Amino acid sequence: MIFQIILLIMLAYVVGFIYFGLYRNILARIQGRYGPTIYQSFYDSIKLFSKKNTVNYGWMFYLGPIIMATGAVLTLILVPVFSDSDFLRSATSQGNLFVLLYLMVLGPLGNALAVGTGGNPFGVMGVVRGLTRLIGLELPFYIAVVGLIIAANSSDIVHIIDMQKTGGLNIINHPLLFIAAMISMVGFFGESPFDIPGAPQEVYSGPRTEFSGKFLALLMSQGSLFAFAKLVLIIDLFLGGADSLWMLVLKTLAIFVTIIFIGVVYGRYKVEQAVDFLMKIPTLIALLGLARVIWFG
Amino acid sequence: MESGFHGSDLDSSLKCKLEESGMANTHAIMEKAVNWFRSRSIFVVAYGTGCGAIEMPPTFTSRYDAERMGVVGVATPRQADLIILSGYLAYKTLRRVIRTYEQMQRPKYVITLGSCPINGGMYWDSYNTIKKLDDYIPVDVYVTGCMPRPESVIEGFVLLQERIKNGEKAGWQKYDENLKFYKDNQKRVLGGHIDPSYETDWYNLENGGVA
Repeated sequence: MIFQIILLIMLAYVVGFIYFGLYRNILARIQGRYGPTIYQSFYDSIKLFSKKNTVNYGWMFYLGPIIMATGAVLTLILVPVFSDSDFLRSATSQGNLFVLLYLMVLGPLGNALAVGTGGNPFGVMGVVRGLTRLIGLELPFYIAVVGLIIAANSSDIVHIIDMQKTGGLNIINHPLLFIAAMISMVGFFGESPFDIPGAPQEVYSGPRTEFSGKFLALLMSQGSLFAFAKLVLIIDLFLGGADSLWMLVLKTLAIFVTIIFIGVVYGRYKVEQAVDFLMKIPTLIALLGLARVIWFG
Repeated sequence: MESGFHGSDLDSSLKCKLEESGMANTHAIMEKAVNWFRSRSIFVVAYGTGCGAIEMPPTFTSRYDAERMGVVGVATPRQADLIILSGYLAYKTLRRVIRTYEQMQRPKYVITLGSCPINGGMYWDSYNTIKKLDDYIPVDVYVTGCMPRPESVIEGFVLLQERIKNGEKAGWQKYDENLKFYKDNQKRVLGGHIDPSYETDWYNLENGGVA
């Protein structure tokens, strides 16, 4: 079991970082540049892990990246990776969708505590922006997930995957819920128009401003792990999971590229605009989808 | 064993352990590998002083695209490996530059653009600019020209990457070894203390800013 968890973390680390390299490449091509190599994020990560750390803000500050990494790893090991085999699914039976939804916000909350301790004004501003945005992001995503739970009559992800094998994919049966969840996912991935917490021209690096060296590397690594976990969660919930490694890469890549393309096209919302939009349009779509599930099944 | 890689950044306790178990070679190989990764990933804080600041946007954006070599701009000195000083430095600017440089985490490097940081350039007889930056903070690569084109700046990056890859002694090691020399020079032009102090409480500036 431990071996499988370590293997899963390694897989997520590699796939997540390669996807992030791909993201930087696609962004560069859209901007008319060559862009870095696809492995650039590995280079950055190894370099940052080998840097010295000479600043100290007390232990609470450095607990932030560790809490975030804990949230990411726990999310990762609770999501079933393959739909047919029990491989890499060792801890899935220990939790259901409710636990996952809780764990997805564990990281931001832990980070908020840490950055608040650090006291950097830009960090605090970034965290306040992030938590404000989270109110808007969670609502449509939670409603979409509740819709799926009602439709499948179970909060077990494995059961939701199995339902889709016989009853058709959720993306076709519940398109409204899928659209709402995808709009939320654009925000969870930190893409435009919802990239307000770390907005480079406004609050510098936002919550990451004071983190350096190993802790920044830890933040980057947990980001790649968490990105992979979120992609797998989306394909489990809506695209019927993946039965092989190729299918996993294909489906997650499709979702990821969709999110990137949405991100590069739009500009950035202001904080209140983002929350306003998220509370109105995707929430309304999700509620319509929920109503459809309740009355028409 | 003399590995030739000065100022190793790998954990010294790890080095001791490796040497105890007769694996000093392993350490040298790891150091070489880490140096390669370091040379491929350079985070830059671009401190725009003087005229050279205008050369940096084209270097980092679509036209010359420094990101293809792993050179990326970051927003804070905490995350940066390299500071680019792009021209003459007034005494007033020097304070901020020293503060920024000292906030950067080791290993760190300095690139300067133009002739002013070398010998004062056209400000050679100015009353309020420094003449030779190397007296105050250690400079790794001078990119000369008035002003250097983005091609020259990129050549400076490539030179720095070569030096990092070969594990050559860098400026920050000289700064650590000759701290008294640099601090004396800084005090000579900036006075006794360099304000704001490191303990500044930004939320209570009216109380003197003491945390």
